[in-house]
Amino acid sequence: MKKIYLPLVVLLLFVVIIGGSWLRILNEYWQLVLLFMGINVILTVSLNLINGYMGEFSCGHAGFMAVGAYVTSILTVWLFAEDKVFGPPVLPTAWAIPLFPVALIIGAVAASLVGLLVAIPSFRTRGDYLAIITLAVNYIVKSAIENMEVIGGPRGFVGMKRVMNNMADVFDAPWLLIWTFIGILVTIFIIRNFMSSTFGKGVEAIREDEIAAELMSVNTRRVKVIAFMLSCGLAGLAGGLFAHGPGGYVNPGTFTILKSTEVMVMVYLGGMGSISGSIISAIGFTLLLELLRPLGVFKWVVIPLLLVVMMLFRPTGIMGNRELTDVFPWLRTIFGSEEESYALASN
Amino acid sequence: MPLLQIRDLTHFFGGLRAVYNYNLDLEEGELVGLIGPNGAGKTTIFNLVTGAYRPTAGEVRLNGDNLVGLRPHQITAKGIARTFQTIRLWNELTVLDNVRIARASRIQYGLLDSIMHNQLYREEERQIKERSLELLAVFGLEGYARELARNLPYGAQRRVEICRALATEPQLLLLDEPAAGMNPGEIEELLELIQQIREKFGLTIWIIEHQMRVIMNICERIKVIDFGETIAEGTPTEIQNNPRVIEAYLGEEAF
Repeated sequence: MKKIYLPLVVLLLFVVIIGGSWLRILNEYWQLVLLFMGINVILTVSLNLINGYMGEFSCGHAGFMAVGAYVTSILTVWLFAEDKVFGPPVLPTAWAIPLFPVALIIGAVAASLVGLLVAIPSFRTRGDYLAIITLAVNYIVKSAIENMEVIGGPRGFVGMKRVMNNMADVFDAPWLLIWTFIGILVTIFIIRNFMSSTFGKGVEAIREDEIAAELMSVNTRRVKVIAFMLSCGLAGLAGGLFAHGPGGYVNPGTFTILKSTEVMVMVYLGGMGSISGSIISAIGFTLLLELLRPLGVFKWVVIPLLLVVMMLFRPTGIMGNRELTDVFPWLRTIFGSEEESYALASN
Repeated sequence: MPLLQIRDLTHFFGGLRAVYNYNLDLEEGELVGLIGPNGAGKTTIFNLVTGAYRPTAGEVRLNGDNLVGLRPHQITAKGIARTFQTIRLWNELTVLDNVRIARASRIQYGLLDSIMHNQLYREEERQIKERSLELLAVFGLEGYARELARNLPYGAQRRVEICRALATEPQLLLLDEPAAGMNPGEIEELLELIQQIREKFGLTIWIIEHQMRVIMNICERIKVIDFGETIAEGTPTEIQNNPRVIEAYLGEEAF
């Protein structure tokens, strides 16, 4: 019985958001806000795996996002669009519709491989050291892109607009929003399921006491690397989606430490180790940025102030490490509880 | 063949000799005590055996397999589990999670299964949960299963630690001062519990303890170390009357 509710809620959201955008009930501005919300949800939930659940301090999320953004964009532009550098499209442009998610996945895999490169040497480091390493990686990725003239260097990489237009020409639908919506579902699915498994719980054991975790049979290196790769991969997915936004353009200046900080702020605002907290804070923070737009540059005075107040009065973030279903048990009828998946199976 | 064989185990912290030429044969089913004054190197020996430290020299074998150089989680998977001198539970996790995470090395399913939650995964997680709850019930902790570990009273936390160690399915259990901070009543319960789990799980137990009540009561054999070296070995009565032990504990003046 209960299993019907969740798909229904998701379907309803999908119909409202995608249908609304398709029929232009939601204007382009709101579609853009929704897109940014979605991308921020993916970024926040994925970073929460490292900074929240694992209790590590990664501050280079934007770097991994950049890898995904560039890999995905280069793929789609090379394959599906006329481009100055890559020449005519390699594949028929109509194929972009089914192959777009494949490009997103390849971008995510590339980002998670870069994550692996970072994770291996930082096995032994924790806390401050990992923060420094990830910070460095953020800079390395940005500088590397800036120095690659083929993909536009510091000017950025363009052409994704044509890919999206080609897709819309074949069949008019808000493709990017659709894939962002699915991206969110995939992200939440992966993190929630992984973190409820005994295997994934090792991540939390590492946060609580890494030495005890290792001595109590958790292969801490493997768990850390997997968590890192999952998180970076999902950041890459967010990057791939971001690159295909209305501007159809990415430049390395977007993926600076500032962007990483923004994601970290959303994680800590929502609560470390809470998926629903991350979702709420990503949506809320994006909305807040838009609402305060009239303030202009003073926005960046008001928002940090709000953060300070928040940290003073609720240092654990909106949700702490609890989920919405813990606070409002009736929600379990819709979302199910963490244990349910196997507790019910036994009955 | 002895269950655990330690040969000439030596460990230096820089210039400090923490353990020197330590030897031990533990037969299956034994309950052996390890005592010695503060700073004698007792916990260091446990840390060396479980892989938390890598020994400077010497070898450790479990069922004839060399353990030196393995990582701690591999050694635990081979059948050695331990508790800690100061409680090291995962405080912000539930008691059930504390116990079930310790089954990490017994997990058969892979990463993909843990994300997809397929049939294989559900079946195995169900077994893990069942086994963990059974274990908790042995310790009278089933009522705490959903409680965060940090919210438990001290004595219960100690029991959760032993329970967590048993969840790894060890052959050899190392207890590092399990009675520390317990009152006489709790110690009595602990002694009973140790006897009980020893029979129920067919364990070999190696125990560090300062409370002589505990060690003299349950150990069949005791080894005393001081400054990293074995100074005496024997039954509790022999140890109690051994002049070198008295000297180590009370100082030469008293002797």
